[in-house]
Amino acid sequence: MKKNPLFDIFIGNDSVFSFVKAILAVFFALIIVYFILLLTGYSPFPVYGALLKGAFGSRRCFGECLVSTTPLLFSGLGFAIAYRCGLFNIGLEGQITVGGIAAAFIGYIFPEMNPVIHVSACIAAGFLAGALWGFIPGYLKARFGIHEVISVIMLNHIAFKIAAYLVSMQGPMKDRLDDMPASPFIRDSAKIVRLVNGSRVHWGIILAVITAFIIWVLLFRTRLGFRIRAVGKNKYAAETAGINVKRHIILTLSISGALGGLAGAVEILGVHYRLFAAFSPGYGFDAIAVALLGMVHPIGIIASAFLFGILRSGSVFMQAMYGVNKDMVSVITAIIVLFMGMSAPIGIMIKDRFKRKSHGTSV
Amino acid sequence: MAAIIRMENIIKTFPGVLANDKVSLEVEKGEIHCLLGENGAGKSTLMNILYGLTSCDSGEIYIKDQLVEFSGPRDAIASGIGMVHQHFMLIPVFTVMENLILGNEPVKGLKIDKIKSEKILADISGKYGMEMNLHAYVKDISVGMQQRVEILKLLYRGADIMIFDEPTAILTPQEILELYKVMESLRQRGKTIIFITHKLKEVMEISDRVTVLRDGRVINKIKTESTNTRELAKMMVGREVLFSTRRPEKRAGAEVLRVEDLYAKDKRGQKGLKGLCLNVKAGEIVGIAGVDGNGQSELVEVLTGLRRTDSGSIKIEDREMAHRNAGRFLAAGTAHIPDDRLLRGLILDFPLYENMLLGFQDQKPFTKGIFIDFNKVRQWSKGLVEAFDVRVPNVNVQAGSLSGGNQQKAVLAREFARDPKLLIASQPTRGLDVGAIEFVHERIMQARQNGKAVLLVSLDLSEIMNLSDRILVIYEGKIIAEFMADEAADTEIGFMMAGGGKK
Amino acid sequence: MELLFKLFSMAVFASTLRIATPLILASLGGCMSERSGVINIGLEGMMLMGAFTAVVGSFYLGPWPGLILGILAGGMMGLLHAFMSVTLGANQVISSTAINIMAVGLPNILIPVIWPGHYGISPTVGVIKDINIPFISSIPVIGKVLGHQNPIVYVALILVPVISYLLFKTRIGLRIRSVGEHPRAADTLGINVYKMRYIAVTMSGLLAGLGGAFLSICYQSQFSSVMTAGRGFIGLAAMIFGRWTPKGAMLACLLFGFADAFQAGAQSAGVPIPPEILLAFPYVLTLVALVGLLGKTAVSPAANGKPYLKG
Repeated sequence: MKKNPLFDIFIGNDSVFSFVKAILAVFFALIIVYFILLLTGYSPFPVYGALLKGAFGSRRCFGECLVSTTPLLFSGLGFAIAYRCGLFNIGLEGQITVGGIAAAFIGYIFPEMNPVIHVSACIAAGFLAGALWGFIPGYLKARFGIHEVISVIMLNHIAFKIAAYLVSMQGPMKDRLDDMPASPFIRDSAKIVRLVNGSRVHWGIILAVITAFIIWVLLFRTRLGFRIRAVGKNKYAAETAGINVKRHIILTLSISGALGGLAGAVEILGVHYRLFAAFSPGYGFDAIAVALLGMVHPIGIIASAFLFGILRSGSVFMQAMYGVNKDMVSVITAIIVLFMGMSAPIGIMIKDRFKRKSHGTSV
Repeated sequence: MAAIIRMENIIKTFPGVLANDKVSLEVEKGEIHCLLGENGAGKSTLMNILYGLTSCDSGEIYIKDQLVEFSGPRDAIASGIGMVHQHFMLIPVFTVMENLILGNEPVKGLKIDKIKSEKILADISGKYGMEMNLHAYVKDISVGMQQRVEILKLLYRGADIMIFDEPTAILTPQEILELYKVMESLRQRGKTIIFITHKLKEVMEISDRVTVLRDGRVINKIKTESTNTRELAKMMVGREVLFSTRRPEKRAGAEVLRVEDLYAKDKRGQKGLKGLCLNVKAGEIVGIAGVDGNGQSELVEVLTGLRRTDSGSIKIEDREMAHRNAGRFLAAGTAHIPDDRLLRGLILDFPLYENMLLGFQDQKPFTKGIFIDFNKVRQWSKGLVEAFDVRVPNVNVQAGSLSGGNQQKAVLAREFARDPKLLIASQPTRGLDVGAIEFVHERIMQARQNGKAVLLVSLDLSEIMNLSDRILVIYEGKIIAEFMADEAADTEIGFMMAGGGKK
Repeated sequence: MELLFKLFSMAVFASTLRIATPLILASLGGCMSERSGVINIGLEGMMLMGAFTAVVGSFYLGPWPGLILGILAGGMMGLLHAFMSVTLGANQVISSTAINIMAVGLPNILIPVIWPGHYGISPTVGVIKDINIPFISSIPVIGKVLGHQNPIVYVALILVPVISYLLFKTRIGLRIRSVGEHPRAADTLGINVYKMRYIAVTMSGLLAGLGGAFLSICYQSQFSSVMTAGRGFIGLAAMIFGRWTPKGAMLACLLFGFADAFQAGAQSAGVPIPPEILLAFPYVLTLVALVGLLGKTAVSPAANGKPYLKG
């Protein structure tokens, strides 16, 4: 049997092969967007340069990059844990929203107090609100068989409308002293402390990375994680092994929603300091691409959240410099999702072809 | 007589497997030709090539002396070839008529011409003596009738070469006789039949000639009248075969499972079990015989906590288990070899050691608080894999990459590792080759010797008769007859399976 | 009392029909795709692309060519989904999610290129005007609801029996349903599974594109990337509620349409409920309606969501 060293290194090894696929997805996305830029009359390389400059150009820029990475990492983890359980939670945007609402409310309703307690209380409130927004579709799926994709989309819109109402003119959370449709600012004791001077980056990024490690341990080292993964890969076999599938669907979607809630809470407590409608610019939808590109693995997601942080923060600079709409990033996102969607079947095809080549007809 | 089909030097490889190695097959017009071989011998691959479902790497096919090259079933159908698949290719929510005309629908304008279809179909079914209600939904008719729909489908398409892929596997003995009659009448009208099987008795009963395949090669071509079952068995397996598992004397012990007046719904919400009673004692194998769809799968699911009981009682060693979930059943000492190992038995994307953990995930010694000690799981899995002769390089390989036999051995290893009081085995040898079947049978027999209570559910009557101490016949959700192993005759059991006891 | 009278007026029923139209078109698209065994949660994105292209077409060529282009744009998205999920066997939910994400971004990039100075919202363009059908509008009660409507409203209403006929009475319909139930069985009978699924998913895109075009150049007269507001998903829910049948889906869409028209009526009638909360009403209703299906057996096509790989 002929050995093919390239096969062994890049395709035979599953985790390396995953990495290769992820890199290729980003690469192809950049190529396609290159042509879109050309067609719409921009010169692609300076635009890409601006994108990078926007993320790494200065300390402040890099800080902004990490500011975007934080909610992307939380929500990417949220999408991933649900995906590992066979659930498609595209409702993270709504879960972020309710998390933000709850955190902002606790943030301004109480007087100044011990910051550790106040911040913890706000984060816990965001966590619980997100968990509730995940529990509902989980319960609806387990009890009534309603596909989570439909229920979470409805819950997204409901969350957006609730947020809009709360800070509208007659809304109960509206800041009466301000014309802006926004809540009052949270107390200083509820603010998450900035990490360095001259940048908005805050301790939330550290919390997010720690959370990634917790989710990693949870998924791959604990009993609960094993049960979640078993339900996700084959709910019938899981059921046969004595695992309560419905309970795990509800629990996992609640955890997933809670991670979305964390993203929203940390965004409010660390960046905006007050609630306004649509405070999340679509982090919950980017979460899908973040998780898929990160191979639905917490460590991979740290890397891909960072990449999307670059795209998010760089795109603002790109728009300012060259007038390229920052939604170009969502096209990159879509193409990455498309490629990751294709990568599983195409990966199998590539492996088969290599196997056939190296095995020959000698068996 | 001229050969109507000639397949010459067919070679087909799948990744890592040489499925057909220069296989040649000749079938004469108007004969019933058996294709005999074990699972995995390459019979199905060969027939899928003939039917255009897969392409071969090299080789030639002649139909009526014409060289043909099929790019899909449509071409094969056009050449007059039809196939009755082992797993019926019927759409349950369509009517009989819709299933029959699909792909070849008479139309009037844009609309399907139902009146014309009905007339054509009534003609054909009348001609071959296979009348049936064309407007019934396929999901509502019996397995035997479904098979007739498959045969009619071929006749409707004007097939004169018909491939039957293991058609008897799911039929009662009576239904098999009916099928023989239909095949005979088809032959009399000039149809050619290729009959795929691994059952020697059937070869002797129905065929004119037989081609034996083993490991993707043709071993022999022979006239049926000039051979016998022993010789065929040797050709098929490549060694002498024991036809029945030895059953040592064993006195049944105390009652382990007692089921009384059990009611449960099937997956469509209809009544699946209607007052079923049975008991199984320690050191006893109780076989459930019956035609598919008479409540077997519901029974197994209820007895493993996978389906809700409506009423009645399930007692395992005097503990009431009705309404308990699967986890409780495992804890009470039940082991379960599910009929669909790919669906219920294994998680194909998981490595083997994680599959071995299924059902043990919350048990000592694999847990440490909320954590799982995967090193311990790997160690333990290695031991099990060796004890049950699962052929894998290591326990990290994905379960999906194992052969069917090895997968079933892995399931067996895990379930026996529970040291159960009660073993529920549902179709434990479905789709396995002879070697693996022998292995599974031996292990089940061994469990009985070790004093386990075994409930064996199988659609293969010979398996039931071979292993069981007692045979219960299930019909429409109830046990309607009981036979002791030594006093049972398959015709009698078959009669009961068809509901013969109740008029 | 007077309020109730206002809320159940003929005007509310007429606007029910208008609101239900894009939902009906989306749900018909859902029926086509899912009957063939391909999950399509990309209806939302397909509508959005249809809406955008229709506005562009209307801007340059006039509303009717715009409509055609909008339909075709939806169809292109359908083709993309078919390529991903049928040819490549990709996860259908992921594939259609990518379409949804792309459909939000692409128009926003193109708007400032086509209309310099515009961001996020297109300028207003020519619309397809409502028509008066004298024969119907002279009928007393029905006339007020049906007599004076947009042509696409009639088209949607006619498409319901047409798609129903197509799926349940014709040869191609039988074949499409067969690949949604048991693709291997269909394959053994010589039916080209891929071709059937391509046809069905592309048609699904065409219908969604029409729904989107209705939104942007009939119901409104400009494009914004939030204009579909989950209608594709509500259409999908309506399809499930209607058990994958065009007629059932239409009834569900009319129910949602009524809920929306009702809340709009309530707003203008000055019901003391905040408008944002009223706006959430259709989404809540969708959830409640799905919960109401409890206990009825699911009738989803058996092979829905499963890629078919030739053996």
